[in-house]
Amino acid sequence: MTIVEKILARACGQEHVNVGDVVVCEVDMTVLIDLQFATMWEPPTRIADPDRLAVVMDHAVPAPSVKDADGGVKARAFVREFGVARFFDVGRHGICHQVIAENGLARPGEILTCTDSHTCAGGAYNTAARGLGPLEVYSIMCTGETWFQVAPTIRYDLVGEKPKVLSGKDIFLYVAATYGDATNHNLEFGGPGLESVPMNDRRTIATQGAEVSADFTTFPADEVCRAFLDAHTDRPYEAAEPDPDADYAAVRQVDLSVLEPFVGRPGRVGNNAVPVSQIERRKVDQCFIGSCANGQLEDLRIAAEMLRGNRVAPGVRLIVTPASQAVYIDALRSGYLEILAEAGAVVTNSTCGACFGYHMGLLAAGEVCITASTRNFKGRMGSPDAEIYMASPYTVAAAAIAGRIVDPREVTAG
Amino acid sequence: MNDVIEGRVWLFGDSVDTDNMYPGFAMRLPVEEAAKHVFYDLRPGWTDEVEPGDIVVAGKNFGIGSSRPVAQLFKQLGVAAVVAEEFNSLFFRNSINFGLPAVSIPGVAATIHDQDRARLDIREATIERLHDGALLRGTPIPDFVFDIVSGGGLLAKLAADGFLPGRITGTAGAGS
Repeated sequence: MTIVEKILARACGQEHVNVGDVVVCEVDMTVLIDLQFATMWEPPTRIADPDRLAVVMDHAVPAPSVKDADGGVKARAFVREFGVARFFDVGRHGICHQVIAENGLARPGEILTCTDSHTCAGGAYNTAARGLGPLEVYSIMCTGETWFQVAPTIRYDLVGEKPKVLSGKDIFLYVAATYGDATNHNLEFGGPGLESVPMNDRRTIATQGAEVSADFTTFPADEVCRAFLDAHTDRPYEAAEPDPDADYAAVRQVDLSVLEPFVGRPGRVGNNAVPVSQIERRKVDQCFIGSCANGQLEDLRIAAEMLRGNRVAPGVRLIVTPASQAVYIDALRSGYLEILAEAGAVVTNSTCGACFGYHMGLLAAGEVCITASTRNFKGRMGSPDAEIYMASPYTVAAAAIAGRIVDPREVTAG
Repeated sequence: MNDVIEGRVWLFGDSVDTDNMYPGFAMRLPVEEAAKHVFYDLRPGWTDEVEPGDIVVAGKNFGIGSSRPVAQLFKQLGVAAVVAEEFNSLFFRNSINFGLPAVSIPGVAATIHDQDRARLDIREATIERLHDGALLRGTPIPDFVFDIVSGGGLLAKLAADGFLPGRITGTAGAGS
């Protein structure tokens, strides 16, 4: 069995599952987000288990509308009434997938669900994690379980060592560009090259599995992963390793040592990204580094490294959003935020805001944006007549300095 | 829910994403208002033309993207079912859970044309082009999943199981 098949089999109490099987599984952790409370919330009569639940305020914080503020009131009343201890209210909040990672809520061998499509981020920690709609997450909150149909798995074997300038974003964009969408498939990453890919990059890759329409995206719990988990959870876990004879829909090898930075063109990433040396050097109006995919501390460190002694080009807006309050504090203490602000970047509070075009950093018609966030759909970040390119924090920071899309290896720290 | 429905078809292409059906700005609006922005960029004005009982047909990878419940907007507009060559799984689950039948039928987007009238058998996963009887067959959804959608979606199930307070029992929730 593959990693996901192992986890689903264990969760449904079977020895084995096969592709196509429909199984009902206990869900180990379910995360509700603020939008759920702001849109369609009615308190339930009872819930399955408050200890297998977390509530995270992230998409629209601090509340940009009365509707969102009302959602906050409902969320606070709910956690009080039902004794949900894991409540991450404004000020101790973050984008849910960052909060999940920091608090060890995505655990090897377990199932995690949440009302956000990028919940697959948890796959970096050997978790079968996926986003579900608000009604289904509500239902899991009530019953503690849901169903899955076992999808075929595509295996990516990473070989070679990752060059320093190459990030998880580039690896993902290469995979998306080369192999296209993986609708109704799972992705599984592994191989000897994985040890050169740190956890922040693995999480970027896992997060973006949703962008090629995959179900679950998973990584093994290797030594790098276990070192991260040791720092974030003290509860024992049982990792899921793929069997040597696991049956894959395809096995593909990726040599990290020869990859160069990639840029996704506007609209979608599947079969729509190219090496940075081949991308049109468009002038940019806005650059964004943030979101659950790339608002991690390492992403902010990279941005600061690039911007130190440099300036954001005239006529360009650089928005930087830490993925959580904890990342914000760490970046503040490390001096990254000072460097970024002095260079002319706008550092925002932690929120999903600019990534989904809801309440900040929106684009006007005709504008060009390059983003290290999750998604580059038409209209995603504002006007449908804006164009959104997608790239790594290195490449986005380089564009902010140069005023146009460039190879980050051409831009040196000032 | 009727297992067999007849309706007018609206045809869309491959990889239509959730942000085109439920744009970020519409998430600020009540459902009745948000529903007026479905396909706002892809097919402006469509929400004035679609009528209750119509069927939305799309190509591959239908609904890639967000967890935002597009199905709720389709229900608001009276769309009777969505049929696609292939669904994004999150979009598929959202549809089922909101009580909107979703059926995968390979070849459908190449065979059924915009404004055709079609007969969809949700249980058997077949679609027939009414003017000449051309018939396509997909893989029926699992019984377990069919039961959720035929019962009106997850809220109806939760209400029946006593998880919801009395005042919204049986409404099938915001979805219908």
